[in-house]
Amino acid sequence: MYVAVKGGEAAIRNAHAWLAEERRGDTAVAELSVAQIREQLSLAVNRVMAEGSLYDPDLAALAIKQARGDLIEAVFLIRAYRTTLPRFGSTLPVETAEMACDRRISATFKDLPGGQILGPTFDYTHRLLDFKLAAEGGEDAHPAPAVEGVAPAAVPHVTGFLNREGLIEEAPREDSLPPDLTREPLEMPADRALRLQALTRADEGFTLSLAYSTQRGYARNHAFVGELRIGTVPVEMEIPGLGFSIEIGEITLTECETVNQFTGSKTEPPQFTRGYGLVFGQTERKAISMALVDRALRWEELGEDYQGAPAQDAEFVLYHSDNIQATGFLEHIKLPHYVDFQSELELVRKLRREAGVDSLQEAAE
Amino acid sequence: MTDQAYNFAYLDEQTKRMIRHAILKGLAIPGYQVPFASREMPMPYGWGTGGVQVSAAVLTPDDRFKVIDQGADDTTNAVSIRSFFERTAGVATTTATAEATVIQTRHRIPEVPLSEGQILVYQVPIPEPLRFLEPRESETRKMHSLEEYGLMHVKLYEDISRHGHIATSYAYPVKVEGRYVMDPSPIPKFDNPKLGDCAAIQLFGAGREQRIYALPPYSKVVSLDFEDHPFEASKADHPCGLCGSVDSYLDEVITDDAGGRMFVCSDTDYCETRQAQGHRGKDAA
Repeated sequence: MYVAVKGGEAAIRNAHAWLAEERRGDTAVAELSVAQIREQLSLAVNRVMAEGSLYDPDLAALAIKQARGDLIEAVFLIRAYRTTLPRFGSTLPVETAEMACDRRISATFKDLPGGQILGPTFDYTHRLLDFKLAAEGGEDAHPAPAVEGVAPAAVPHVTGFLNREGLIEEAPREDSLPPDLTREPLEMPADRALRLQALTRADEGFTLSLAYSTQRGYARNHAFVGELRIGTVPVEMEIPGLGFSIEIGEITLTECETVNQFTGSKTEPPQFTRGYGLVFGQTERKAISMALVDRALRWEELGEDYQGAPAQDAEFVLYHSDNIQATGFLEHIKLPHYVDFQSELELVRKLRREAGVDSLQEAAE
Repeated sequence: MTDQAYNFAYLDEQTKRMIRHAILKGLAIPGYQVPFASREMPMPYGWGTGGVQVSAAVLTPDDRFKVIDQGADDTTNAVSIRSFFERTAGVATTTATAEATVIQTRHRIPEVPLSEGQILVYQVPIPEPLRFLEPRESETRKMHSLEEYGLMHVKLYEDISRHGHIATSYAYPVKVEGRYVMDPSPIPKFDNPKLGDCAAIQLFGAGREQRIYALPPYSKVVSLDFEDHPFEASKADHPCGLCGSVDSYLDEVITDDAGGRMFVCSDTDYCETRQAQGHRGKDAA
């Protein structure tokens, strides 16, 4: 006798309880605090803030804890929370030229006004496991590095120097209100503001791979990192009735401007062109990737040829870059599909019957 | 019961209004896919976020809500969505098709004909019927606006020339009111005839793809076919093992490791109602 599978409710409850237990792990090991994640796994926190489109290190750390370290799951928690928040208004555009830089490097000039500031980078570390970190409680008293002089108040953008010679395309200030990806459906064709908005919250891995593909010849765009800067900028907002803007906080951003070789097209003169990346937090791999993909997507406005490369295809890039959409649709195939599968079974049996192949089952009957 | 931290039915009123606008536009242009600003929901894309948003926008405190997945009220995701609205909207729920005012469904249309005043909300994974023929949204929208459906007919014709049949068994495309070709969501083609001339309002929500479309009551819905190869609603050629019904859609269930199988109604409410009326199939206890 067949008994229909019942008890979905109890099964879900039990699964949740087991999940909570697994999340906590061995209770003999101290529980991780949200503050510890925020302070000591800050690059994971940054990624969750960037792809979650919500600048809140405490909530991102909480999401990472709740998601057992699955960063895409953490991004999802943040997105689902973000969408319930009321919107008070929009801030003024942030001025990255006035960033208090922790890191600022240019690959195109050996030295330049504002200087090269390495900052907290993995770049020149030797990737040797540091077993001292494995020693519990053996916290190394790292002396704070002596601060030699203070970075100049404002570090000018490298692309500004090139612009004085007219060697790089103009990037005129644009004050029209950009479209909002989170409030309007994404529709094609997407302008650059919308593309950049989608890229800044795009999956880091996807963006990295696309950018890498351009370097390997799929719409190669000869990018130099004109400048990469990481630091804090004030966020200002005009409060209605006040008549002037006030600073409401400070956020850390990573900005990358690429300078791309360009020999000219039917419509544009030979000059350097730009790719742009701007991402929440210290997220330089993502920002550089974003700049390369941005540049590849600009083929049409620069009068370049469409080479059929994935990174040039705005529909391909934008409709597949969101990891929350992607993971949801991918993973949903584990949900029940008995009904559709049954109709496929019937069809395949029918086609086989007509093709003269009897399935073993039917032969047995 | 209601979770006070959230608005009625979870979404804020502005968002619900935006969704209702899309629904009304969809009802005004049957079968046309209306873009809408789909929100991130607390369940993943692919789990019915489009249907959940549409349900949230149409539910009122007096509604009686039913959720089915694969025809069943007790599959895990149906249970999960039902408890989501119990928690966030505090609405009454039911498993009885006839008693429900709003029914959210994944992959089935209930066996019992729906009545006026009912709303059937479909969860839709890929709203674009032309998607697997043309991956570009900019192209498919153009094809719809020009009523350029030749590609779809060519595909169906190729199926016939290759297999002798149209090799689409679910998500079988339909034409609505002689104008738009529409994806009915992955319902088996057995359910297609129930789409047309239906007394209830049918709403389709695709969250990830940000589209809503609709069939007003008593719409004309025709499954695509050819004169010499008419559309045929097919199902497993067996009676239900539990209630003996010969005209309901059946799931095939493997009962042992020796290849034993039985066929049972996929619509659990329909099957249970029939059993309560004394109908018995050959496998019933």
